[in-house]
Amino acid sequence: MFGKLSWDAIPFHDPIPLITSMVMLLAIAGIAFWVWRKGWWPYLWNEYITSTDHKRIGIMYIVMALIMLVRGFADAIMMRAQQSLAIGASQGFLPPEHYNQIFSAHGTIMIFFVAMPFVIGFMNFVVPLQLGVRDVAFPTMNNVSFWLSASGALLINLSLFIGEFARTGWLGFPPLSEKEFSPGVGVDYYLVALQISGVGTVLTAVNFVTTILKIRAPGMSYLRMPVFCWTALASNLIMLAAFPVLTVALAQLMLDRYLGFHFFTNDGGGNSMLYMNLIWIWGHPEVYILVLPAFGIYSEVAATFSGKPLFGYRSMVFATMVICIVSYCVWLHHFFTMGAGADINAVFGIASMIIGIPTGVKIYNWLFTMYGGRVRFNVPVYYLLGFMLTFVIGGLTGVLLAIPPVDFVVHNSLFLVAHFHQVIIGGVVFALMAGYTYWFPKAFGFTLDERLGKAVFWCWFIGFHLAFMPLYVLGFWGATRRLQHIPDPTWAPYLHVAFLGAAIIGLGIVLTVVQLLYSIKTRDQRRDVTGDPWDGRTLEWLTLSPPPHYNFAVLPDVHGEEAYWTRKQTAIKQDQLIEEPDYQPIEMPVNTPTGVIVAFFASVCGFAVIWYIWWLAILGLIGAFAIFVWYAWRDEHEHIIPVEEVRANARERRRIRMEHLHNLSQST
Amino acid sequence: MNSSGFMCGTSFVHQPLHAARRISLFVITGLILSGCNRGILDPIGPVAAAEKTILINSTAIMLAIIIPTMIATVAFAWWFRRGNSKATYLPDWEYSGAVEMVVWGIPILTIMLLGGIAWIGSHDLEPSRPLKSNVPPLKVEVVSLDWKWLFIYPDQGIATVNQLVVPAGTPVSYRLTSGTVWNVFWVPQMGTMIYTMPRMTTRLNLQADRPGVYEGLSAHFSGDGFPGMQFKTQVLPPDQFAMWAQGSRGQGAVLDGAGYAELSKPSSYVKPMIYGAVAPGLFDSVVANRLPMLHVPQAAPPANKISAEPAGG
Repeated sequence: MFGKLSWDAIPFHDPIPLITSMVMLLAIAGIAFWVWRKGWWPYLWNEYITSTDHKRIGIMYIVMALIMLVRGFADAIMMRAQQSLAIGASQGFLPPEHYNQIFSAHGTIMIFFVAMPFVIGFMNFVVPLQLGVRDVAFPTMNNVSFWLSASGALLINLSLFIGEFARTGWLGFPPLSEKEFSPGVGVDYYLVALQISGVGTVLTAVNFVTTILKIRAPGMSYLRMPVFCWTALASNLIMLAAFPVLTVALAQLMLDRYLGFHFFTNDGGGNSMLYMNLIWIWGHPEVYILVLPAFGIYSEVAATFSGKPLFGYRSMVFATMVICIVSYCVWLHHFFTMGAGADINAVFGIASMIIGIPTGVKIYNWLFTMYGGRVRFNVPVYYLLGFMLTFVIGGLTGVLLAIPPVDFVVHNSLFLVAHFHQVIIGGVVFALMAGYTYWFPKAFGFTLDERLGKAVFWCWFIGFHLAFMPLYVLGFWGATRRLQHIPDPTWAPYLHVAFLGAAIIGLGIVLTVVQLLYSIKTRDQRRDVTGDPWDGRTLEWLTLSPPPHYNFAVLPDVHGEEAYWTRKQTAIKQDQLIEEPDYQPIEMPVNTPTGVIVAFFASVCGFAVIWYIWWLAILGLIGAFAIFVWYAWRDEHEHIIPVEEVRANARERRRIRMEHLHNLSQST
Repeated sequence: MNSSGFMCGTSFVHQPLHAARRISLFVITGLILSGCNRGILDPIGPVAAAEKTILINSTAIMLAIIIPTMIATVAFAWWFRRGNSKATYLPDWEYSGAVEMVVWGIPILTIMLLGGIAWIGSHDLEPSRPLKSNVPPLKVEVVSLDWKWLFIYPDQGIATVNQLVVPAGTPVSYRLTSGTVWNVFWVPQMGTMIYTMPRMTTRLNLQADRPGVYEGLSAHFSGDGFPGMQFKTQVLPPDQFAMWAQGSRGQGAVLDGAGYAELSKPSSYVKPMIYGAVAPGLFDSVVANRLPMLHVPQAAPPANKISAEPAGG
């Protein structure tokens, strides 16, 4: 009846997962109760959960990413603590079967459920606004994408409480992840969660590629798109090409595990090398899926806060697209030590280094964007500078890893761990924090506290360096990764410093929460009444903060690269806005519970598959399918926003803008 | 230096062999004097030395570009800060052909140089390529198991567990596979690491010139016993290696199909041991996954010398 599920699956005798899951359950129940007491459920349901508004969906993605960041960080600090304690004669506080779950969960969560939703959240929130349009191409599908990602995140967290998570690392290499070596449900949790969220990711890619290619404001030609939109396009193109490969690789592993196939097994003609290739054909482009939008954020921040257009815009676009294409041709550098031969290693090594060229160009272009500017040292600029200083070192170690004979002695070592954290934290996380500060007022109508924001930055910056610089050294000393026990006591001081660094990052995460709460509390003093708190250059700053559901009363006419900046300067010079247009009623897509219900059935189905509860799995599938059919037969697609409402809102916006621009023109 | 357990500076040869015991004493003394190793920055052979050179040269080349970039980043940001009235404001400066040329040129030239290093280095240091030497290479076959290392000396007819013994100044030609999941064979101070993969064979050529004991490990996660997969590499002067091999032959346990089956049962932190006889073709049988037929001529009763410590504490 319940497949493999029994009371043994609950970790009654393991205090760490039990207490953690209890705290999590209590927190969720507490928040749900509080929301109910405040009477906010209908608002949440109408404005967020069932919303097809790209801005609301973007915010939900980012909220999910921040929550999962806490989970992923809890794993990280436990790993650092274990490696600081389990040295020499001591075995620390985590036995291998726990420790191995923790590092597997840390990697899986941080990539799939922190970095990805954070990046996708920004693309959702920003891209349609920057393109000067009202929504993405497929608003309902967008909602479904989000909820499928959330379903994957839910299943991963469920593994803490019911059963176990994979003990095979975040990529689940066979044959270790095959039934023979990993008979438990851990790998199944990993596979099913990633398959479900992977569907969401592919749908997102379809949505954004379509949106950027087909839906732009009048006059917004490709070479007038903001760089963030270009990087989003590149990122989604890679997603579209790479995620199906992941789906196939994981599906093959599922066939092996569930139906006794032999794709990657040791016997029956299987070959695990195939998985290694497939997973990295996805895995390496994945890095660029994350880092390209990050580059886009830095480009926006550099231009805005330098008070100058981005230096070498076309160069930047070209560099982005070169990375987009070459990123697909480098995956083999993840296993130079497989013995593929000198020619193959050299070709892939050089291909990997070639990515360093456009990336280097980008660094110089940000540098020259600041040159001749008036750089305002707001929080996003701290992250920009922190990134530029950190990322060049990450690039250096990356190119070292791309040289096969160097890789032969640092592959899989803590040197590698330090390298990829340097590019992911220094490159991606810094950008996400910059973007969070930069676009927060657009989303909520008030700015985040600057002083606390700077404190958060210093925690990340100092914490990161303390946590990972020692790992480079340990890598040189021959320390490999994923060690539950440290063999050499002379490594201890370095591991202790690394733990301290992780703790400082933890303080940064705590301060992020404090900053948010404090800023909400003092929001009345930090209102962004103008819609343009940073003196921005792109179209999202044209509309109010927060923007109306339909973003723009009339789609803006775009002339030139910096659509909003040009318009703003003209208005300041003439001391008047463009002539009031002829307002029309606006059609917007209706809300739909499709996404959340489909994700509910997908979660049920996924859970049932993990535990071999086949009747429930079939029920889940039928439920999800029935919802799609029901949705396809709907009559009501859109609701109309009457012209009076549009006109009233737009006039109010024009009044505010006029006042703001008038003040600006007085001051110049 | 602490010398208990499996830490840096431990002793490990516990065979009832006079020659082996003498040598192990020699090794322990040498080790206490030499202290702990410093990984890939302290190479003990030509491959590791060449890799260290490439590592340092490439780092230096890149630092020459990166340090000025970092200085310029801080300098530009600070000089062009909003409050600085001395800095010129160029609100529309967004393109310069000359600057573009330089910013594309610098990375392209750097990568061309490093690409050349990568191409030549990949070919010179290709793991399967035999090392240039007047000394004929020693053959060693490596099998990774759950969670220990088996080293077979086909020409000497002996095998060891978690203890790699090689003669100094002699090229060693390794063939490697796995009897279980993937692992990576790595002795940091000897240089190149390489995957051991089930049903597949990889090749590796290394040489150690400096006698001593060096850490070896698996550098690819392979399951719960993974941290207990450390092994010691003992580099002996060639005459002492010959003596050790001679003294080990015919002593102790026998590695045939049954012995291998016993050995491949999961265990971790396994103490080093020696097999005095090995069934011919054992390595190829592991690769082909055809083990039960193996037997050793003049079979001695297989003895289980494996002592495992529990992984948990």
